[in-house]
Amino acid sequence: MGLFDRFKTKKIEGVDDTMYLTLREERRITKENTKIIKEFERQKNRKHVTEAEYLTQMRDPSNVVEFDNLHTYFFTEVGTVKAVNGVSFDIPQGKIVGVVGESGCGKSVTSLSLMQLVQAPQGQIADGSIRYQAGNGKCYDITKMPKDQMLKIRGKEIAMIFQEPMTSLNPVFRIGEQMDEVVLLHVEGATAESAKARSIEMLNLVGIADEEKIYKNYPHELSGGMRQRVMIAMALACDPRLIIADEPTTALDVTIQAQILELLRNVKDKINGSIMLITHDLGVIAEMADNVVVMYAGRIIEQGTVHEIFKEPKHPYTIGLMKSKPGGKLKEDRLYSIKGQVPNPINMPDFCYFCNRCDHAMNICSKEYPNMVKFSPDHLTACHLYYGEGLQEQNQKRMQNNQSEGKE
Amino acid sequence: MWKYLLRRIALSLLILLGVSALIYLLVMLMPADYIDNQTSAALQNGSMTMEDVMRLKELYGLADKSFTGIAKSYIAWLKSTASGDLGFSFMYGRPVTDVLSDYIWISFIIAFLSYIFQIIIGIPMGVKAASNQYSGYDYTVSVFAMMGTALPSFFLSALLMNVFSIQLGIFPLQGLVTATRIFPSDAYIQVFLDKAWHLVLPITVLTTLNVGGTMKFTRTNMLEVLSSDYIRTARAKGLSEQVVTYKHAFRNTLIPLVTSLSGMLPGLFGGAMITETVFAIPGIGYMALRATRGGDIPFIMGYNMFLAILTVLGMLISDIMYMVVDPRVKLS
Repeated sequence: MGLFDRFKTKKIEGVDDTMYLTLREERRITKENTKIIKEFERQKNRKHVTEAEYLTQMRDPSNVVEFDNLHTYFFTEVGTVKAVNGVSFDIPQGKIVGVVGESGCGKSVTSLSLMQLVQAPQGQIADGSIRYQAGNGKCYDITKMPKDQMLKIRGKEIAMIFQEPMTSLNPVFRIGEQMDEVVLLHVEGATAESAKARSIEMLNLVGIADEEKIYKNYPHELSGGMRQRVMIAMALACDPRLIIADEPTTALDVTIQAQILELLRNVKDKINGSIMLITHDLGVIAEMADNVVVMYAGRIIEQGTVHEIFKEPKHPYTIGLMKSKPGGKLKEDRLYSIKGQVPNPINMPDFCYFCNRCDHAMNICSKEYPNMVKFSPDHLTACHLYYGEGLQEQNQKRMQNNQSEGKE
Repeated sequence: MWKYLLRRIALSLLILLGVSALIYLLVMLMPADYIDNQTSAALQNGSMTMEDVMRLKELYGLADKSFTGIAKSYIAWLKSTASGDLGFSFMYGRPVTDVLSDYIWISFIIAFLSYIFQIIIGIPMGVKAASNQYSGYDYTVSVFAMMGTALPSFFLSALLMNVFSIQLGIFPLQGLVTATRIFPSDAYIQVFLDKAWHLVLPITVLTTLNVGGTMKFTRTNMLEVLSSDYIRTARAKGLSEQVVTYKHAFRNTLIPLVTSLSGMLPGLFGGAMITETVFAIPGIGYMALRATRGGDIPFIMGYNMFLAILTVLGMLISDIMYMVVDPRVKLS
């Protein structure tokens, strides 16, 4: 290595700054992981968990879900990936909450944590709680819920629509069979006929005209948009209280995208449920969401109502996201993009994760992680620009600018 | 579909023609032929002269080893084969078809039983290992499967023979029937049990050798399926892990499994050459090995063509089964 380094003139970012693990370190990590994972799995696989252990109280009864300081970690052989690192937000009843962020910022893992579907055994909810207001009036903490109880919520009260309609349906079963399964599982006293009737009704509801025929088709015989409709129909079959839509339109073309979004909105009103809409398309958010949560590297950096976020974004990252959206002008200069990349999720710094990409980075930014600053009851952002030392520095800068402008 | 099958069969005939020509050429070019093997001793002690040998070779059709000679005799072989006559075996002194039909059955029984065991042991083990990836069970099963696959068959046979026949004396050492016992002509059950007793070790060897492959194949495919999006969908529906694994995942794992296992079916008639030889079981593999050593050209040709047909048939069955188990596949 030393010899090669001598000939190198330029360090390549992401290649030469990569940390290499020695065999001993790797072995130590693997050993620790095994221990940690074992403990988590033991906790999860306990039998005869009393309901009192996972019963809890909602902070605000008008919410369906409250994420409270959620931490979801992946224990990999190169180190612990803190995919979700202290996320707190609410999903109010009957509202659409949009979660935006770059790829790999923890959007999907947050939603999978809510379903207890994080890829085990590597992925584990390490800390925090997810309070869920169930249909029976009780309030559960999903992070503590035993697996068998979770099965009663999944698909029945919380349903999920995935990003890839092309691969999300089982290729060897007919559409009807896959849809009936949900009804037969969750609706008490459902028979083959009633399940079929329900499935066909749902297919009709999502705007599939030839529902009897589609019911008998295999997934590969349908187009992407049709399959996404089937996925939505399947999610709706048990009148869920919450639908998690994980980038439901990313894989579809623009016209179908608009149809599917329209459908989701209509459907939400019909079942009076909430939607957690995960996307990286700000257009979709503006169109659909009531509240917006902006995530970056496993943390929430800004949240607020859709008006607040779009009218006056506060965090430099959110501002950057807004700028990097194509404006639809006929003649446009180079599209803006936020420079740099999301930091390596292993060994995250203990200061602001965005500071090396931020135009406004100050001294304080590389010293400590910013607190949440409140602008309105809903609008929060985590940035040094708006409080304490950072705010002072900003004001000074502004004054200097004003003075220098004044001189000229 | 019928069109596809017809086309495949026509193609198969072409393949078989090519295979037969190649094998015939190679067999004819073997340095010592049947007559050389038979007469070398007599030639050395002077009881036969070179002329006698050449006359014999002429008689057996082995004299002319030039390219045109081989071509001529190949065409003659092809003609008689086309009419269903595979010729007379030099060594066994009987029509090749008779020898084949006499000896394939015992080979088939051994191979088929081990095939069944391989399926009923290997597939559940693979499924369980995949659904508990990186667990103690997974590692244990994988290591034993690899060990079974890595052992040479003659070594494992020798090992088992040493332990179970020579040391413990539980199973017979070799052969298919106990030579020292004389059974009354109507004692079918006793004969059957005696034969079954002789077949335990060979079947164990073949199963041990193959079960690892099946297990690994199942495990790999199952793992791939388990990480796919539709399994996540199935879990998101609230299905229990049992239903997810054994209905949604296993049904998809079956696609490659059924295709490859059904393709192996015809091959079961081919015989296990080494294992049969070590255990001295008069199966088709054992007969073929003897014939090959002796330069018995009609039998070698007949046996190899038989193998070629089985292979072609296996591929065809694979294709058809692929269409049966995977709704996405249409043969056209």
